[in-house]
Amino acid sequence: MPSSISFSLSLASPAISSGSHSALQPPSCNSALRFCGLRRGTIPFRAVNPVRSWRARKTSPLRVSAVISANGSPSKGFDYDLVIIGAGVGGHGAALHAVEQGLKTAIIEGDVIGGTCVNRGCVPSKALLAVSGRMRELQDEHHLKTLGLQVSAPEYDRQGVADHANNLALKIRNNLTNSLKALGVDILTGVGTIVGPQKVKYGKVGFSETEITAKDIIIATGSVPFIPKGIEIDGKTVFTSDHALKLEWVPEWIAIVGSGYIGLEFSDVYTALGSEVTFIEALDQLMPGFDPEIGKLAQRILINPRKIDYFTGVFANKITPAKDGKPVRIELIDAKTKEAKDTLEVDAALIATGRAPFTKGLGLENINVVTQRGFVPVNEHMQVLDANGDLVPNLYCIGDANGKMMLAHAASAQGISVVERVCRKENVLNHLSIPAACFTHPEISMVGLTEPQARDKAEQNGFEIRVAKTSFKANTKALAENEAEGLAKLIYRPDTGEILGVHILGLHAADLVHEASNAIALGTRIQDIKFAVHAHPTLSEVLDELFKSAKLNTGASHSVNEPVAA
Amino acid sequence: MALSFSSSLSSSRPLLRRPASAPRSSRALTVQAKIREIFMPALSSTMTEGKIVSWVKSEGDRLSKGESVVVVESDKADMDVETFYDGILAAIVVPEGESAPVGAPIGLLAESEDEIPLAKAQAQSQSKSETQSQAPPPPPPPPPAADASPPSSPPSAPAPATVASSRTVITPYAKKLAKQNKVDIATVVGTGPYGRITPSDIEAAAGIQTKKPAPASPASAANGVAAAPAATGTPPAARVLPEIPGSTVVPFTTMQSAVSKNMVESLSVPAFRVGYPVTTDALDALYEKVKPKGVTMTVLLAKAAAMALAQHPIVNASCKDGKSFTYNSSINIAVAVAIDGGLITPVLQDADKLDIYLLSQKWKELVKKARSKQLQPNEYNSGTFTLSNLGMFGVDRFDAILPPGQGAIMAVGASKPTVMADSEGFFSVKSKMLVNVTADHRIIYGADLAAFLQTFAKIIEDPDNLTL
Repeated sequence: MPSSISFSLSLASPAISSGSHSALQPPSCNSALRFCGLRRGTIPFRAVNPVRSWRARKTSPLRVSAVISANGSPSKGFDYDLVIIGAGVGGHGAALHAVEQGLKTAIIEGDVIGGTCVNRGCVPSKALLAVSGRMRELQDEHHLKTLGLQVSAPEYDRQGVADHANNLALKIRNNLTNSLKALGVDILTGVGTIVGPQKVKYGKVGFSETEITAKDIIIATGSVPFIPKGIEIDGKTVFTSDHALKLEWVPEWIAIVGSGYIGLEFSDVYTALGSEVTFIEALDQLMPGFDPEIGKLAQRILINPRKIDYFTGVFANKITPAKDGKPVRIELIDAKTKEAKDTLEVDAALIATGRAPFTKGLGLENINVVTQRGFVPVNEHMQVLDANGDLVPNLYCIGDANGKMMLAHAASAQGISVVERVCRKENVLNHLSIPAACFTHPEISMVGLTEPQARDKAEQNGFEIRVAKTSFKANTKALAENEAEGLAKLIYRPDTGEILGVHILGLHAADLVHEASNAIALGTRIQDIKFAVHAHPTLSEVLDELFKSAKLNTGASHSVNEPVAA
Repeated sequence: MALSFSSSLSSSRPLLRRPASAPRSSRALTVQAKIREIFMPALSSTMTEGKIVSWVKSEGDRLSKGESVVVVESDKADMDVETFYDGILAAIVVPEGESAPVGAPIGLLAESEDEIPLAKAQAQSQSKSETQSQAPPPPPPPPPAADASPPSSPPSAPAPATVASSRTVITPYAKKLAKQNKVDIATVVGTGPYGRITPSDIEAAAGIQTKKPAPASPASAANGVAAAPAATGTPPAARVLPEIPGSTVVPFTTMQSAVSKNMVESLSVPAFRVGYPVTTDALDALYEKVKPKGVTMTVLLAKAAAMALAQHPIVNASCKDGKSFTYNSSINIAVAVAIDGGLITPVLQDADKLDIYLLSQKWKELVKKARSKQLQPNEYNSGTFTLSNLGMFGVDRFDAILPPGQGAIMAVGASKPTVMADSEGFFSVKSKMLVNVTADHRIIYGADLAAFLQTFAKIIEDPDNLTL
């Protein structure tokens, strides 16, 4: 695996890299173009091998150092250098970087700019979670009392909460649109279809279609909520996150099918607003995607003390919406034996069973591409593979549609990586450096491998791993906030000091993880990062303590020169 | 980080006690009922007690060596505690959210299913002896027969997955409340939508006063559903007074709620008051003498009241049912103490029998405990007569409200120099203190109280007996 090799070879000391890279980096001014509030690298993404990319850059001509303010001119014979199908966060990130690299770029969108994340996902849900977090604080009499605060009977206005979420989505969508327009990216409206190599047509349904040619094409069509069969969605009592984010009502009792990120975040929102929640999880454990230890602690903090119960190891075989004075009925069957287990009668059901790639109407058949479980098959460079496993030239697929890592910022990072490659710069995105977060109260975040994954890898490759942990209970800032529940966990190699994974559950965990994800992306090792200084008292000291508590084998070499006193 | 708890064998026959490290092989040969206690482990050198954060396993779950059983919160962190032994978690002695001192049994581990009933019995006796000193427990519900009785079925998914097969529909929070309050769901009739059992149904069944409006009320309101009729169990709502702008509403603490309840209850008792002036020059002189020995005025007054009560047992009696006198065998003087945010009445038991020095010592302990909120129930609810003294604030007279279950309460004002004329017409300045007793007229009549006060005044005015 190239990424793991690169870590052990890595020589990129801050002193060297900052000196030699600064001239190569596009000026990071023009910040007005990037204030859209989304995760978006302001520095060209370079997760890969620092040695190689540095060399590659050194030999490549400095063609992109000018301030970019306009879309470039296309290569000979093409309408565009790059056409991106889908203006979600992935497409947006790719478009911005493409313009920065001097490519003439167009983006095709059949719905609204911003895609799932901005309109029906991360963004509006953060608005709801901001409300639920405050509500939870105000309702916790004991917590307030220990702070010396008195609040009586906090209440909320449902429409006000819903408006906040909607307004936020609108604002971010406008920011995104404006940033594309300001750069001169052509926004083409309609459904984009690939008609052949380097050829795309687009147009609104019922109108004439326009065909354009592009040197390279990126598919970034994203995903839609996945609805298992047997579940009837009516959008009122049985619904997906798309409807739930509108917060049209707050059911007294809601069943949430699926206990991943989406389900967990909604349980946080609904319980804060007074609902009772029943989780239905097909696997034997709640929160199956998380590191088991974090999952266990999360259950202790986020599930057990709340008005939540759960069924695990069961499928919701059939869900009937409420009608004719009858509640929502959910038939549960055993996930393994398929025998009937139970029937639930609740006020509402939220289907949060994951997301399915959206590739309908893309015209993949025109280029002999067959989706795998709906996903567009790609290689490590996000190059699309056809039915025979051969590369489809000049066609890439990023984000949820390829299913590598269904996160908005992963899509954006993949888009940037593709643009780098299109500009003939070697780039492989290290997905193990991409952080993920769940915005419950407290938050959960992670980057890299979970402990079981790391143990498997260690066994296969014959190295040793160790785990270090620190508690938020020892952190001054967390104690000051009276929010000392939480854990940070580091999985590392004691022989090299390589960070394999970091998992955090606690106050502002989502913001804290980046120190670790950046370290993984840049190949910084524990023996070096442990000397970095953290302001006191801050939550970041949780990670400081975590790195410092790691026990490395003697002889683990430093990747950087010893800090030199000036 | 997982820690293992120390565990001991308490076999049915003490003779067969064996060290915890006994090899398994030899154990397999003896067929003995073995129940191991799971102890609260010491997770740090400073830890004296630990709180059970959660039980990872439920009663009836099979455990194997090395598995996490319980999560314990120490002063530093939450830690998983694992078992050294295979077995079945037969009983949880200390439930989630409660604390236990280091070394105290928190659960019982049975070696086989046969020992589960035995372990359960043991657990019950343990928890009973533990709760005895606590406030009177609600009548124990019949043992939850259906609860974990079929241990033969393999322990499938976590506990919540087991739901009665009958169509009892119960909401998640109601289920939790029922478990916490040991309410048998089968006996509860659901009043929620579609006949489901709601948290308020469980609260009603457990006799819990609803503290705050049903949490889902904003939801139902937002839903356009008519607000539910007043929650069960709450008294008819009082007349709502117009709110003065800028006012803040601070809910009662538990102690304040208890005070409020007692005060309202007192309205059902026909009380009357009798005042009496007492000269305190002699008492003050005595006080000066015994003060260096740690005796306080409160103790002197309590002792004096106790001595007077010994001669007038009727004033130490109480009326419990409105039909009879209840004469108390001991004289226990409750003394009202204001503590931060409330009022509590530590009790000087057998105040007539103990000397003032012993009483002073006891009083000091009680006050210390009261301030740290560590009084045991029998140390504040066993009073037969109450003394309330506001004299130290310069209050010259006041009357007190009779606490429920007592026949009389004495309110003592400040002792002040007063010009007095004696029967000869000579004026003199003496320290005078006004004492006011409130009593239950169903059992104590005016003459009784007058006679009692006379005795009390005599004791104060000639206090040598106090030191005997």
